[in-house]
Amino acid sequence: MKQFIGFLKKEFLHIFRDPRTMMIIFLLPIVQLLLFGKVINTDIQNSRIAILDQSHDNTTREITSKLVSSGYFVLGEELMPGDDVEDVFRKGKVKMVVTFGPEFEKSLERDGKAEVQLLADASDPNTARILTNYASGIINDYVKKEKLQNLQLPNQINTEVRMLYNEGLKSVYMFVPGLMAMILMLISAMMTSISISKEKELGTMEVLLASPLKPIQIVLGKVTPYLLLSFINALTIILIGVLLFGVPIKGSFVFLMAESFLFIMMALSLGILISTIAPNQMVAMFISLLALMLPTVLLSGFMFPIENMPWPLQILSHAMPPRWFIVIIKNIMLKGTGILFVWKETLILMFMTFVFIALSIKNFKIRLE
Amino acid sequence: MSKNKSQDTGFLPPLSEGAGGGLKVITVRNLVKKFGSFVANDHLNFDVYQGEIFGFLGANGAGKTTAMKILCGLSSPTSGEAKVAGFDIYKETEKVKRNIGYMSQKFSLYEDLTVAENIRFFSGVYGISPADRKEKQDKLLKDLGLESAKDSLIGSLPLGWKQKLAFSVAIFHDPKIVFLDEPTGGVDPITRRKFWDLIYEAADRGITVFVTTHYMDEAEYCNRVSIMNAGRIEALDTPENLKKQYSAKNMDEVFLKIARNVE
Repeated sequence: MKQFIGFLKKEFLHIFRDPRTMMIIFLLPIVQLLLFGKVINTDIQNSRIAILDQSHDNTTREITSKLVSSGYFVLGEELMPGDDVEDVFRKGKVKMVVTFGPEFEKSLERDGKAEVQLLADASDPNTARILTNYASGIINDYVKKEKLQNLQLPNQINTEVRMLYNEGLKSVYMFVPGLMAMILMLISAMMTSISISKEKELGTMEVLLASPLKPIQIVLGKVTPYLLLSFINALTIILIGVLLFGVPIKGSFVFLMAESFLFIMMALSLGILISTIAPNQMVAMFISLLALMLPTVLLSGFMFPIENMPWPLQILSHAMPPRWFIVIIKNIMLKGTGILFVWKETLILMFMTFVFIALSIKNFKIRLE
Repeated sequence: MSKNKSQDTGFLPPLSEGAGGGLKVITVRNLVKKFGSFVANDHLNFDVYQGEIFGFLGANGAGKTTAMKILCGLSSPTSGEAKVAGFDIYKETEKVKRNIGYMSQKFSLYEDLTVAENIRFFSGVYGISPADRKEKQDKLLKDLGLESAKDSLIGSLPLGWKQKLAFSVAIFHDPKIVFLDEPTGGVDPITRRKFWDLIYEAADRGITVFVTTHYMDEAEYCNRVSIMNAGRIEALDTPENLKKQYSAKNMDEVFLKIARNVE
């Protein structure tokens, strides 16, 4: 045990003495979370729009103020009839132009019908779609509630839409689980594999293996610091998510941490496996980045929905551990489900951990012989 | 009898070389190591006696590092028997490891730790008590003249110092045998000579030194040398006897003649 504590001390010294490692471990998670949460935000917020109001009556004014007070839009420009709408777009000042037809209020009250046109800048198709959806939602809602209550329209079907588990459609709800998977993968798998292959590269691994330390002690000694640091990171990410971005934890916190622990174990065993293959730090880093980070970002459903992928990639995504982990934490945090609903994903992660450990032991033995 | 370079340092070999009079600390019988169809060690047989400096020579790829790794427990042989420090390398690997020291080619200290931290770490690995460690560390640093470097990072020291320290750390726990795998790569002859002074001191203390090298001047410093070629030991004797046997002026010639004979 004394040997082991000495080993841990040495490992922590390695970590604390290397500025790059320190940055990756302590700064990177926070920076990434803030970046994804605040800057790279796919939510619509304060999009500049222009209004072309040909009626200037109470209703159009009220609709305009509803749009602006929704928080999604800010009034960038008021256009006059005859202004060149395209010119406004070309200048790039606004994302959408709302045009009210003439005699808006009157025709609405008379016929139950009025004209409003939404012109959106579809050079960014996603944003254009979201903007027009939001705007028509707000307009319809207003008209229905305020104006059409007295009018009896035949056979009208009102669809009521509710976005469950994330009513505000906040993308940060998606980023927190995704980032957690990514950062834990990075620190656990990449840093472990680099730190073990560093000993190989410098020749100190041979000295350790020729010492009375058992191989299992060496591996545990290398892995334990990263297990602790990853766990701290998982807590930090959850804390920032909850406190700064208001992501809820509806399920059990203990269960959430237990699943995070499982995922960290999986990533650590993957890191050990990589280090048994990689002869030096460079190779270890390359394998980690190419084989772990890119698929984690692209194929785990973190950035792009798995359902929209071509089928070969969909099949491949099954082999991506973060895919299962993201499902698990989303379930726990957003839906508040327990083990009953994520046992399948949990088993898959356990199975992967087992496979990585078995392969590592096999590789390690071959290398020794 | 060997009257080689030992006069230079005032070192006298403690054992009659090769005569089998001393205590055997390494015995190797019919040791074979194959990698697939490639035979790295082809039926090696030799003994090493306590306190001697045993040189393990050969060209790159001759199989000397492989054999050394087997004796250190870093690799397991395909067949054959070997005992190191009296323990069987198959069954008593742990005991073997407690009784040996090892220094690899890429001298083996942590660059980002200080001298004292390296010593503390390796003392911990070999179970040396903190009190013993302090005492030995002070003596060691004083002997090497490195007291001022105690809290310097290894990475900031010149290569010659690093190698001396690495060797001193490898024998810090007073092993019966120390294995040195090409310990003096990349340094000038003067630094190399100084390094060998440390090796003689260790041998004086009764530590057996098993050293691989491809520097022929170093071969002259050994009590006995074995010369390997293509996985086989082609010659094993004192440098003096080998030079007589091959009527050569120096070990370099001996080595070339053996290599030619084999071809």
